[in-house]
Amino acid sequence: MADGPVAEVLLRRLETADGGLDSAELATELGVEHQTVVGAVKSLQALGEIIETELRSSKRWELTAEGEEIAQEGSHEARVFRSIPPEGLPQSELMRLPSGKVGFSKAMSNKWIRVDKSAADGPRVFRVVDSVEDEVQRRLQLVQGGQAEKLGEKERSELRKRKLLTEVTLKTYWVSKGSAFSTSISKQETELSPEMISSGSWRDRPFKPYNFSAHGVLPDSGHLHPLLKVRSQFRQIFLEMGFTEMPTDNYIESSFWNFDALFQPQQHPARDQHDTFFLRDPAQAQQLPMDYVHRVKRTHSQGGYGSQGYKYNWKLDEARKNLLRTHTTASSARALYHLAQKKPFTPAKYFSIDRVFRNETLDATHLAEFHQIEGVVADHGLTLGHLMGVLREFFTKLGITQLRFKPAYNPYTEPSMEVFSYHQGLKKWVEVGNSGIFRPEMLLPMGLPENVSVIAWGLSLERPTMIKYGINNIRELVGHKVNLQMVYDSPLCRLDAERGPPSTQEAA
Amino acid sequence: MPTVSVKRDLLFRALGRTYTDEEFDELCFEFGLELDEITSEKEIISKEQGNEKAHGASDVVLYKIDVPANRYDLLCLEGLVRGLQVFKERIKTPMYKRVMPKGEIQKLIITEETAKIRPYAVAAVLRNIKFTKDRYDSFIELQEKLHQNICRKRALVAIGTHDLDTLSGPFTYTAKKPSDIKFKPLNKSKEYTACELMNIYKTDNQLKHYLHIIENKPLYPVIYDSNGVVLSMPPIINGNHSKITVNTKNVFIECTGTDFTKAKIVLDVIVTMFSEYCDNQFTVEAAEVVFPNGKLHSFPELAYRKEMVRADLINKKVGIRETPENLAKLLTRMCLKSEVIGDGNQIEVEIPPTRADIIHACDIIEDAAIAYGYNNIQMTLPKTYTIANQFPLNKLTELLRQDIAAAGFTEALTFALCSQEDIADKLGMDISATKAIHISNPKTAEFQVARTTLLPGLLKTIAANRKMPLPLKLFEISDIVIKDSSRDVGARNYRHLCAVYYNKNPGFEIIHGLLDRIMQLLDVPPGEKKGGYAIKASEGSAFFPGRCAEIFARGQSIGKLGVLHPDVITKFELTMPCSCVEINIEPFL
Repeated sequence: MADGPVAEVLLRRLETADGGLDSAELATELGVEHQTVVGAVKSLQALGEIIETELRSSKRWELTAEGEEIAQEGSHEARVFRSIPPEGLPQSELMRLPSGKVGFSKAMSNKWIRVDKSAADGPRVFRVVDSVEDEVQRRLQLVQGGQAEKLGEKERSELRKRKLLTEVTLKTYWVSKGSAFSTSISKQETELSPEMISSGSWRDRPFKPYNFSAHGVLPDSGHLHPLLKVRSQFRQIFLEMGFTEMPTDNYIESSFWNFDALFQPQQHPARDQHDTFFLRDPAQAQQLPMDYVHRVKRTHSQGGYGSQGYKYNWKLDEARKNLLRTHTTASSARALYHLAQKKPFTPAKYFSIDRVFRNETLDATHLAEFHQIEGVVADHGLTLGHLMGVLREFFTKLGITQLRFKPAYNPYTEPSMEVFSYHQGLKKWVEVGNSGIFRPEMLLPMGLPENVSVIAWGLSLERPTMIKYGINNIRELVGHKVNLQMVYDSPLCRLDAERGPPSTQEAA
Repeated sequence: MPTVSVKRDLLFRALGRTYTDEEFDELCFEFGLELDEITSEKEIISKEQGNEKAHGASDVVLYKIDVPANRYDLLCLEGLVRGLQVFKERIKTPMYKRVMPKGEIQKLIITEETAKIRPYAVAAVLRNIKFTKDRYDSFIELQEKLHQNICRKRALVAIGTHDLDTLSGPFTYTAKKPSDIKFKPLNKSKEYTACELMNIYKTDNQLKHYLHIIENKPLYPVIYDSNGVVLSMPPIINGNHSKITVNTKNVFIECTGTDFTKAKIVLDVIVTMFSEYCDNQFTVEAAEVVFPNGKLHSFPELAYRKEMVRADLINKKVGIRETPENLAKLLTRMCLKSEVIGDGNQIEVEIPPTRADIIHACDIIEDAAIAYGYNNIQMTLPKTYTIANQFPLNKLTELLRQDIAAAGFTEALTFALCSQEDIADKLGMDISATKAIHISNPKTAEFQVARTTLLPGLLKTIAANRKMPLPLKLFEISDIVIKDSSRDVGARNYRHLCAVYYNKNPGFEIIHGLLDRIMQLLDVPPGEKKGGYAIKASEGSAFFPGRCAEIFARGQSIGKLGVLHPDVITKFELTMPCSCVEINIEPFL
């Protein structure tokens, strides 16, 4: 249609037009439907900057079907008048004419005709005047000729009441030249084809412009889970810092490795049924490193290695109880024990990120299983200042630079410090991790040299992920109730590149 | 972490100055406490029971302060104030003294019947104490805090405090048949037998939690005075006769328990905290306990212990350079009176009876660091040079998940714990055939077992996302757990890879194609020879008959693939055909 005759005419007229032209006027001039011109305008619009258009709406008077008929044939009253011969016409006959009923009463009130009720064969109608001016027809013809404005308000409303006229709103385009105006347009190609490339015809062909505001079609793709994307980044950070990954592929632990080895006394509340998942089957760990177990037992019950101990009756059966590990520190204990068996001692930096299990009350931010991130450095002469230094580097890589440290208590670290960072959104210090230096009562029974210190810290994987992706309910992130659309839509995980979730989430 | 609730104005009066909330928060942070909440009784009641109930309640401002779990000496206003005042060097840490009474010493005789239930008891007397309403409330509240924490909900230790002037020693701690114990318990107007009491307290919101400690024992512990008046039936309830009030002048304290060390600590904490209000401040009247073997012990122990710590060790462990004198000063601010002795590098530290948490030099070093200020310590990087290694199984997992996502599958993350039904019934299997580990104390069926397959988690993920456009292509690489008697704990993890295709058609060829792609990624050629892979018709209860194959690679069976049985689909509340593959990836390490 773009290269149809109407569009071409439009462009030619526009070339010589002063300022622009109206689509409705053009339709009248060309004697075509207005819709045809509108179609031409739209197809030219799609070509870009050839024309500029402005949508205008105007009110216009139009004849109704009956009005059209009257403009053609004359008003009903005039037709009644004309149908009466000089000798008159019986009223009954007149009433049978198509315009009879309406025409009769109008002609009567116009005093164009009279009725002789005394006539022999019933009432008879006669002309009163010789000729009449059909004012209604004249007025309708004026409207038809586009000169409705020549009629008075009163006259128009009378015709409207007679349902001969109606007011319509007309949408027209005011068309003017665009920045790329040209009268020579030809059919535009939608896409480049191999044939065009080989024939070179693309050089001479115009191409239909793209609508760049439309959305693209998303690729069919797989997606990685956001929590595990964050896990990958944490692994990356540890690897960048020279930390070796510990094996953590053992969800089942003995109480020994999970608690006793960490110098956590057997009456400690964490060892309660309310906090820990114990196993019914297999209920007990059959193999424990007994030499080491004895050293652990002695340290708990009697002390040693400079410690007073906890002075209670340590029971092997309690240590054998199997459980779902409550922290990855159980794996760290195994790794450190393993390290202690290697002579001579070699410094080590370890990390792990894996699942841990707690028999806790569940809510919007707590699940029975979550991921723990843990970092450990073992070397001669490590200090609290070293721990803080390593934490500073670690958190800087997460994009967290404002840190402060609070004294805290952990059963297996001393000194212990909680790590706080200033949260810009919440305008307060929030805890981002826990850390400390492992107690000598944990390290020395393992066989590590006395002057070796082990610094360690931990945090959960879920919390930073929820903050990063603005998720308030942990179930939307972890577990089968995950919102897959969220997985599909989640961006890359660049921990140091952005700060926090969108502001609305921060407020919540 | 225990939370101690103190009246703000009372606290500030005791501290001798006021603080803004921010200033006090800052002080807490520095000292290792946390100002958890600023509230009032009115606010608490209104929050818990609605505004109406709160009408008329006190709107005195309360500070709720989180205290480290090992600092029993900070569990009441008296202890907090003492700790902070010493920390700020406004007062010196008091010396607690055990004194002998002018008259006869109070005696508590333990009979051997207690041996099987609650063998230990300790006792002491607070003489000429002056309570006020606030002090009395704090005294009761401290006992409650101790009961909840170090006493492990009264299982290890239970405390009884009595108006000594209503009693007459010596006291006997014994154990009797419940039907033979009869007394008027605290705040009741008539006598009950122990059996009756245990029944009555079943509906008592506070006491019902302690009944289990003695409920099934043939004998119940009980303490009598020389006239047969019941002081208490530990760990449940005290007698009404010896009930203490604001007007009580002399308090007899007994602690019974199964852990002797903790009983002694608890007694020390109570008397050190409240001897402050005795006429003779910080002195405690001794009581004598006669053990069944006839041995005599005086309590409270109020033992002071001396530890020697080298100044350079503290500096080295913390990473600071302070003079021994300064370090001694820092420690003294933590209620650990210290002085430099010997070669000028030795610090002699006195551990008071309030600081049972100090059991090793590292505890002393921590206190020095706290007093120095954690945030004043220079951050440094350790020179530890190490080469990083990935755990090979995780390395393989990371590589595979990238490429499986690239193959158009979306990663799921499902729970390792689930119900027996998920891994057995729903897959048409008997639970005994799964070799699953079983949890002994699950709160709900969701935590009965650890998964033995990743499939149920993925199917549940689809069920929760049925509104998503089809097809759904999901995968997960994670651990499952199987019993294995060759392992120290009797179970082991296996790293599995599972993928599902869910659509209007089963799409077996798509899942098969994914397997081919995975084998390509793992550099395993098709064909059974030379460590290649092949699939062979098989069957499985979860699969549609004739639509299941076993996967062999590197000479062993590594898993199965196929179209799921309609029963399985229905049991997981799904409606479309579904095919899946699940393999163990450990053979490809």
